[in-house]
Amino acid sequence: MLTIKNLKAKIETSEGDKQILKGINLTVNPGEIHAIMGPNGSGKSTLASVLTGREGYVVTEGEVIYDGKDLLELDPEERAREGIFLAFQYPIEIPGVSNVNFLKTAINEIRKSKGEEPMSSVEFLKAMKEKAKLVNIEPEMLSRYVNVGFSGGEKKRNEIFQLAMLEPKLSILDETDSGLDIDALKIVAGGVNKLKSKDNAFIVITHYQRLLNYIVPDFVHVMFDGKIVRSGGKELALELEENGYDFINALKENAEV
Amino acid sequence: MENNLKENTFETDLTKKLINEFQSYQSKLNGDASGSLNQLRTDAMSVFEKLGFPVKKMEEWKYTNLSPVMNHDFKFSPDLSGSDFTQADIDKYIFSAGNVNLLIFINGIFNSELSSVISNNENIFIGSISEGMKNHKQIFEKHYSKYADYRNRSLAALNTAFSPEGAFIYLKKNTELSTPVHILNISDSKKNSVFSQPRNLFVIEEGSKIYIAEDYYSVGDNFSFTNMVTEFYCGKNSHAEHYKIQNEDDKSFHVGMTQVHQEQDSHFSNTTISWGGSIIRNDLNSVFDGTNTESHFFGLYLLSGKQHVDNHTLADHKMPNCYSNELYKGIIGDNATGVFNGKIMVREDAQKTNAYQSNGNILLSDDATIYSKPQLEIFADDVKCSHGATSGQLNEDEMFYIKSRGIGDKDAKSLLLKAFVSDVIDSIKIEEFKINIEEKMEMKLKNILK
Repeated sequence: MLTIKNLKAKIETSEGDKQILKGINLTVNPGEIHAIMGPNGSGKSTLASVLTGREGYVVTEGEVIYDGKDLLELDPEERAREGIFLAFQYPIEIPGVSNVNFLKTAINEIRKSKGEEPMSSVEFLKAMKEKAKLVNIEPEMLSRYVNVGFSGGEKKRNEIFQLAMLEPKLSILDETDSGLDIDALKIVAGGVNKLKSKDNAFIVITHYQRLLNYIVPDFVHVMFDGKIVRSGGKELALELEENGYDFINALKENAEV
Repeated sequence: MENNLKENTFETDLTKKLINEFQSYQSKLNGDASGSLNQLRTDAMSVFEKLGFPVKKMEEWKYTNLSPVMNHDFKFSPDLSGSDFTQADIDKYIFSAGNVNLLIFINGIFNSELSSVISNNENIFIGSISEGMKNHKQIFEKHYSKYADYRNRSLAALNTAFSPEGAFIYLKKNTELSTPVHILNISDSKKNSVFSQPRNLFVIEEGSKIYIAEDYYSVGDNFSFTNMVTEFYCGKNSHAEHYKIQNEDDKSFHVGMTQVHQEQDSHFSNTTISWGGSIIRNDLNSVFDGTNTESHFFGLYLLSGKQHVDNHTLADHKMPNCYSNELYKGIIGDNATGVFNGKIMVREDAQKTNAYQSNGNILLSDDATIYSKPQLEIFADDVKCSHGATSGQLNEDEMFYIKSRGIGDKDAKSLLLKAFVSDVIDSIKIEEFKINIEEKMEMKLKNILK
């Protein structure tokens, strides 16, 4: 589904360019859940931004093939229409745009791109009702402006709700667990578990192992300084939980010697 | 002073033509009009002759240049039988099929055949001013030209010299009219360039309530120039909702003054929307002449191409315990220019005034311009006043968030822009009219985002 080969990227800042990704290799197949862990500043969120086409990130080398297409050639909205979804670390508030209007527009744009008819209002309302239950979203929240006045937990649940509505093939969860208490974490994880299937895949970016107790990954990758420095099964997350990122410090020291 | 004023004027062919035109206009009216009205016209014309058209040297006209208007060969009394316009021509401008009082003016001339008034009775008069000044002579004489100051404003003077022709609305004490009044002004330049000067008088007496929509359109390939004045009297404890929508084409010029006089406990709300027209200048002034009055000014300008729209407003607090709130928003694309000048005047006696003002702008291109100037003049010491102005681009984080859900660039922009102006659109309280406005906005946004 997704093949990342030797991906290098920089960000453009007012103080000049800064190389963040320094050669990422990763393959994700349908039905898989990949966790990407690592200390702050290792490039996890940059990877999510590059995969979804955020402005300000420049790919300097490498390629990303998604469903046989060169992903990096596509605009952010085209990537979304091809089935890529990003659950934001910091969901954006959009005053004046209701959740209902926002999602209806999104779904119908995606349908239009596939040459399909717009979703009927009845069908849409039914889907909304059903998916809202998945992540304990009150119907009242749906008529409110997107994320405006939502608590941190509500915003994250709203991200997963949008994910449920748009039914993407590849979902990237960027630190969805940050700022969540354990109950909210369980709700969010429960939603993801219900949505996963043999046809879709998830990349779960997280700093902590905690979320992975509830969303059990097939693969765990550790990122450091713009590269994946270790990959393993779900037991790698547990090892990190126990020993922290000590081994990375060791790597650092080795590099310095 | 005289010299100073002279320096600020410029003689144009149009000025000369207007002076000639006035003489023939007056000779035609002789005997027909009452003496006092004739005197008013003569006085007003001499003010115009002295002041001339406003020029950019004047502080109030710093950003708006009327000289492009002067170059056209306008006709003042175009031969319009009215049969030229059929019901089919009018239909596309009408927002409600039945429940509305419709007044139609073509080049400022009342078209009685296409107009339809359903609410008139012993308490309500809705019609042309020439009819109204006969039927309600006392009311007309009491209010006409008592609010719009022509002595210091040359364009109001010009309008006063050639008027009155326009809409007259009169609600007697304690009359609540829920059926809105739709005043349709069409500039028809099919045969030649036209100069029209609508003059409206709205008198809403104590305890009465009204909804009025003034709608401006233009048709034809030549140029049109509209110089309108509306006088609005809001009696004690009355409630008025007033909308002015400018839908003219890019060969149209529009200058206008809406002068509101508010008595004690009255509530007035105006929404001015400008998306059509080449050069537009609106003056909206409300004088609070009683305690506990409330006034709302909402505005929206949605500009593309080389459009130029200038909104000047004045909330004149003369009495204590009054409230005014102003919200103007602009979306400016291409090479278009917006001007906002909002003045809050709090006079010495106007203690406990609450006056707020805000102007927000989104610029969609590097060549788009906004001049925003809030002005507070406060002579009382116990008041709450605030103002703020912002201008910027669309928020990139919001844009990315929306696009990341599969919504394309134009639709994402459109979604954010509609959200940006939604509080202004929501100020329109005639539901059918609001739907009509939303449809027009959709079209204008498509045009801006093309």
